[in-house]
Amino acid sequence: MTAFILRRSLQSIVVLFIMSLIVFVGVNLVGDPVDMLINPEADQAEIDRVIRDLGLDRPVSEQYWYFVLNAFQGDLGRSFIFGEPALKLIVQRMPATMELALVSLLMAVVFGIPLGIYAGLKPNSKFSKTIMAGSILGFSMPTFWVGIILIMFFSVHLGWLPSTGRGDVATYFGVTSSAFTLDGLSHIFLPAFNLALFKLSSVIRLARAGTREVILQDYIKFARAKGLAESRVVRIHLLKNIMIPVITIIGLEFGSLIAFSTVTETVFAWPGMGKLIIDSIYNLDRPVVVAYLMIIVVIFVMLNLIVDILYSVLDPRVRIKGVS
Amino acid sequence: MGASANKQSYDLPAAGLRKFWLDFSESPTAVIALFVFLIILFIAIFAPWVSPSNPYDLTSVDIMNSRLPPGSEDFSGNYYLLGTDGAGRDMLSAIFYGLRVSLGVGALSGLVALILGASVGLSAAYFGGRFETIMMRIVDIQLSFPSILMALIILAAFGKGVEKTIIALILVQWAYYARAARASALVEKNKEYVEAAKCLALGDKRIILSHIAPNCMAPLIVVGTLQTAHAISLEATLSFLGLGLPITEPSLGLLIGNGFEYMYSGDFWISIFPGVALLITIVSINLVGDQLRDMFNPRLQK
Amino acid sequence: MRQALEPILKINNLQTHFFTKAGILKAVDGVSFEIAAGEIVGLVGESGSGKSITGFSVMGLVDAPGKIIDGSINFKGKDLSALSNDQMQNIRGNRIAMIFQDPMMTLNPVLRIETQMIEAIQAHDGSISREDARIRSRDTLGLVGISSPDERLRAYPHQFSGGMRQRVSIAIAMLNRPDLIIADEPTTALDVTIQGQVISEMQKLCRETQTALLWITHDLAVVAGIADRVCVMYAGRIVEQGLVANIIANPMHPYTQGLMGSVPSQNQRGKPLQQIDGMVPSMLNLPVGCAFQNRCNYANEKCSNIQPDITQVADGRQVRCFNIPVGQRL
Repeated sequence: MTAFILRRSLQSIVVLFIMSLIVFVGVNLVGDPVDMLINPEADQAEIDRVIRDLGLDRPVSEQYWYFVLNAFQGDLGRSFIFGEPALKLIVQRMPATMELALVSLLMAVVFGIPLGIYAGLKPNSKFSKTIMAGSILGFSMPTFWVGIILIMFFSVHLGWLPSTGRGDVATYFGVTSSAFTLDGLSHIFLPAFNLALFKLSSVIRLARAGTREVILQDYIKFARAKGLAESRVVRIHLLKNIMIPVITIIGLEFGSLIAFSTVTETVFAWPGMGKLIIDSIYNLDRPVVVAYLMIIVVIFVMLNLIVDILYSVLDPRVRIKGVS
Repeated sequence: MGASANKQSYDLPAAGLRKFWLDFSESPTAVIALFVFLIILFIAIFAPWVSPSNPYDLTSVDIMNSRLPPGSEDFSGNYYLLGTDGAGRDMLSAIFYGLRVSLGVGALSGLVALILGASVGLSAAYFGGRFETIMMRIVDIQLSFPSILMALIILAAFGKGVEKTIIALILVQWAYYARAARASALVEKNKEYVEAAKCLALGDKRIILSHIAPNCMAPLIVVGTLQTAHAISLEATLSFLGLGLPITEPSLGLLIGNGFEYMYSGDFWISIFPGVALLITIVSINLVGDQLRDMFNPRLQK
Repeated sequence: MRQALEPILKINNLQTHFFTKAGILKAVDGVSFEIAAGEIVGLVGESGSGKSITGFSVMGLVDAPGKIIDGSINFKGKDLSALSNDQMQNIRGNRIAMIFQDPMMTLNPVLRIETQMIEAIQAHDGSISREDARIRSRDTLGLVGISSPDERLRAYPHQFSGGMRQRVSIAIAMLNRPDLIIADEPTTALDVTIQGQVISEMQKLCRETQTALLWITHDLAVVAGIADRVCVMYAGRIVEQGLVANIIANPMHPYTQGLMGSVPSQNQRGKPLQQIDGMVPSMLNLPVGCAFQNRCNYANEKCSNIQPDITQVADGRQVRCFNIPVGQRL
């Protein structure tokens, strides 16, 4: 098992390395690094100085070396707009995004899995058909549009929930989150629900597809032949088998939650990384964009690693070598 | 027991297209969805002829007509079924033209991504070896990143614009096609007719194109429909964020984005109706693609 | 001798049909036979003959679109076909147990063996402790010849070989000391060498514990070795049944004769293997009259028009054919 983890960790490091290379190449060789990293408003003398400072007049390999070196030290450039180190800006906003993503994931899983299993077990019931229709809808509607509808209905029309911003925070067990306060909850509900909707449809369809496949398997029939109550068959035999693909996909999709938060955060003016990156792309604040990319790559690689480990924990066939 | 009436023999199951339709029409929703989509397609292709007016003809647009609610008439007697936007353009016409752009961009990027991805996938499966390993690694890595992120990266690097958006969409989608093509080509590769073709010393290219490719079409079509819907959705998102298509080629996403601000003052129609049009388009494509996928899934055949 | 014993399972005119889009598939079309306590009965037929469905019908495990539409399944005085699913649950795995064909897929790959055994015990005995259930499981594993049962309990199915997995399935079937075990092609998926072991061990077990066994298979040779009586099935019906020794020595139904003839050991060296001409008719499209007529050497006009009834012959034999010599009929 440890060998497995070690192997995967090594692979992750390699991927990180390759991705850093790609980002570097993208910034320096594809785009014009002068545009990318230097404030376009600067005058020529300033530009020359920065070129020397950033080492843009050095050979490419040396530049890459400095890029990596700086990255390790946490220096990924300075924002044009804010003048602050890009990394610092992003890290400041990360908790808000993480919080949003986690609450969304929770919503999606807690509701999605039971609904999906039900739809898989009783595919012809009216309720199941409604669930599936709903899931297609949820899957098709672009996140931003759902957000707009939610705001229009719950904020503008009904006035129940606030439409923008993040609420008050509280700290429990060393974790600071707005989900711990009532005001925070009222602010986080709509954007989290918005984000969750897309994921919810995925989870429902996954759980349903998994259920439909597993329920036809011989071991389910055998379990019934043993006289087990149907509830046990579903709870233990079915659930454990569909959890494997469901959890791995959910884990990987957590990354896409973070990515799609860019949209939700823009619609709801939620102060997270996502809004920052959209604004930065719009304002051509390249250093922030580069820093964001690197951070995202790190997050994704780590996510992949965690999911792989989780997979081996859940599926004994991966963990323990078999006979045949 | 005595003689009992036995069943008469029945016709062999209908072959080819007829069977396809029989299976497809098992889902009435899918049939309706297909019908709706064809209507949308028609509107999109013939927008200039079907629209009440050309919303981008500056001579026919009057700022005095701006923000009229749905169902109103203006002084010249023009009827605005869905109201007008902030510049006085007829929403219905704007939506028709917008459908054109949205579908056009989605379909074009999908087609190119299909050709590109399928070529890579088929060759990878056929030639195997290091080529396959490397290509599939790239595909895997790309697929592990969400599409919106990929698109943002590409647009951030290359800037905004029609061609760049299309390129971004292509680059985002090709990997899905590559993976699907490779998976089904791997299955086909081991079948006898490929052996037979090789024995006839047919060239590799010929084998791939004429023999393997047609048999892989089914899953590719499924991926195609679902991906096209996804591409349309993605383009709309990007345009909404202001990063996609420019104002000169307004897609539905841009219309929604432009209308967003008016929503707070109650002029919901400027944002909502394009949104509904977008939704209907995407949902109908997804429903069709879903049914196709269920039809072609071997694990669900009993 | 065995006819004198009261049968624990009495199936009478069982009809299980599948209502598919392409038509009604009469998988089991009027099957009747009995099993006495401690008796081993073989149910022989090719694939598609309906033998497995018969087994599932007894267990109440027929999947949609199948349904038992007629007939009775009398088990120790109760008609199983009339019971609710909850009531059947009490019987399954408890008084009647089933062993499936493919040991690879019958055990849940993500659960330990002990979990899958203990749950079978606790499902029918709410009062037993987990430890007691575990001990019983361990002892039963020993009964079927699995060494180091304590370790094996903690293992996962994929850590076992095919033969071992099937032994585990047999152990699970025996856990609650059922009155009847239905074994659906239990050795078909195993290596030939293991097959022989499992067959003889099952026979020994059933004799020792006086458990009745319904052995469903396509292989007449297997049945010859283990069963007391055999029922031969074709196209959803039983065409011949009786004592194994009698049937093997003197098969009466043309199909049984064909089956006997096609067993390689029956043929002489150098001579071409015998086979039954033709193919099983589609179950959606059975011919008027006897289902076997197209492949039968003795078929005449009567066979084409009327389905034959059961004819009683000596020694409790039953044959479904018009062409039994009159002198042999009872």
